[in-house]
Amino acid sequence: MSTHQPPMPQAPAAAPHWQAAPGGPYPGYTSPIPIVRTHLGHALASEWTKIKSVRSTMWTLGVFTVLVVGIGLMAGALVESHSDSESLSGENPLSFGFFGLLLGSICIITLGVLTTASEYGTGMIRTTMTACPSRARVLAAKSIVFFTVAFVVTLLTSGFVAMVQVSMLENTGARTPSGSDWFKATVGISLYIALLGLLSLLIGSVIRHSAGAITIMIGVLLAPLVLALFMATESLSNVRDWLFEYSIPNQLSVFYANSLSESGPSGWDPLWIILGLTAAVYAGAYALLHSRDV
Amino acid sequence: MIELEGLTKRYGDKVAVDNLTFSVGPGLVTGFLGPNGAGKSTTMRMILGLDHPTAGDVRIDGRHYDRLKDPLTCIGALLDAKGVHGGRSAYNHLLCLAQSNGIPRSRVAQVLETVGLTAVARKKAKGFSLGMGQRLGIAGALLGDPRILMFDEPVNGLDPEGIHWIRTLMKSLAAQGRTVFVSSHLMSEMALTADHLVVIGQGRLLADTSMADFIQANSRSYVRIRCPQRERLLDVLHQAGITVVEAGGEALEVAGGKAEQIGELAARYGLVLHELSPRQASLEEAFMQLTAEAVEYHAQPGPGPGPQDWGAGWKGA
Repeated sequence: MSTHQPPMPQAPAAAPHWQAAPGGPYPGYTSPIPIVRTHLGHALASEWTKIKSVRSTMWTLGVFTVLVVGIGLMAGALVESHSDSESLSGENPLSFGFFGLLLGSICIITLGVLTTASEYGTGMIRTTMTACPSRARVLAAKSIVFFTVAFVVTLLTSGFVAMVQVSMLENTGARTPSGSDWFKATVGISLYIALLGLLSLLIGSVIRHSAGAITIMIGVLLAPLVLALFMATESLSNVRDWLFEYSIPNQLSVFYANSLSESGPSGWDPLWIILGLTAAVYAGAYALLHSRDV
Repeated sequence: MIELEGLTKRYGDKVAVDNLTFSVGPGLVTGFLGPNGAGKSTTMRMILGLDHPTAGDVRIDGRHYDRLKDPLTCIGALLDAKGVHGGRSAYNHLLCLAQSNGIPRSRVAQVLETVGLTAVARKKAKGFSLGMGQRLGIAGALLGDPRILMFDEPVNGLDPEGIHWIRTLMKSLAAQGRTVFVSSHLMSEMALTADHLVVIGQGRLLADTSMADFIQANSRSYVRIRCPQRERLLDVLHQAGITVVEAGGEALEVAGGKAEQIGELAARYGLVLHELSPRQASLEEAFMQLTAEAVEYHAQPGPGPGPQDWGAGWKGA
């Protein structure tokens, strides 16, 4: 420090201005802006601004809504027009929301991946981590904001479709859904889809590349089911059944109690499975985020 | 105040930053100079806690970056113009930064005004030119009105008006008592801006000196003379005890600032001079000489093959 002699004539002239400022052991400029100890709330506000200020959010959620509502209403109308008063006797009318949500989940996966991976693609992650050096806080804020957005949007759209479908199919002999049926087909499925999106967000943070992470997640979504379809041999039947039962589309259908098979996950099992999986990946993603250079 | 202590970063067996120890003090513009690939950006990323040092330590006002509770009001940094999501408007980019540190929303409009981007505040950043992107990055650095500012190659992509603006800005920030740390690979740029100079080459500290001292030590001044009565002049200068070096063509060179003395001697002996011009070797040359020495040092036979190969490759490039 002894070499830091101000060589410029204006530096000594300016000196009294800042030496007078209370700077403790580190003198220098004191800003009139009040110093705020940052916390998770600040990071949440920041992430909320981020997610709503890019067009990809509007696009993915817009397409999601169109798919869920559009396909849901088409399915309802199609079933209704080909049914008489006995066709669906005893069946759960909510189950026709499945098709739209299965396709719509691809949009949620995309948005989840983009929430983290796009920051690596653009270099924004350095700005983010400079503004908030706690990497745990960044990951938590992104996760909370994304999960909330995905859950609310899925709940609104799936709830709307469920109500319309139930009224459409009143005269087809379908049973009146119980409270538990309603709860699973709206809140349950929305939690599942939002967790699937959160899993994608974490994979995006691990892979740091949008296209790569989206490909992986779509593979996770569809590959087990597609592979199982072609396992005709008897000797592979155990593997095939397992792939069928635990494939994400089949787990989704469990929420409507119209699973492909009698064994395998039932009731709320799919939610616990994806919750456990997401928690494990969250821990891994955090460990990597903490140890890697940005 | 930024303090580095033995800061080292290795990628595999390649050393990007090698045992750097220096500090950057308040009230001055400190230039951080080195050729491309010298480790300037890596050092700056380690200061900001983005990259983990392999060894050593770096502190901001005595604390590690990740222990700062108010990072943006403590230190503002322009790393590269690409640290922006192209799909977001300039306003929203700065707003999310402000929110993450509890900085009042009104600051966003203020810094946009400061960097001259108010007119395009609602435009998407991907439509920005290199210079506008640089200005947006500078706006982000100024957002928290921080005590310490760090700019990585700030003049990149700026037009002459922009370069003049950033020079003035950096000087005025330092004059307010702030710590200003600015990297560049252009000595000529630093000579106009910096008060203090830290030079690195291949990750090693080569110089940590005030700009004035550096100029005095490194800029060789000499006088260039052309004279039709060449032999006569040589005699006169020799008698006066002035050492003359033959330059190219008919020109002669005399080390030091002796133009007046030579002119008076020529007049006294009735010699005709076609040229008598005081000159200075450029700081750029001094800088290249300094960094080239580091290369030679590395290229000397040593115990490890790694640094040797690297030094040789660097020299050839």
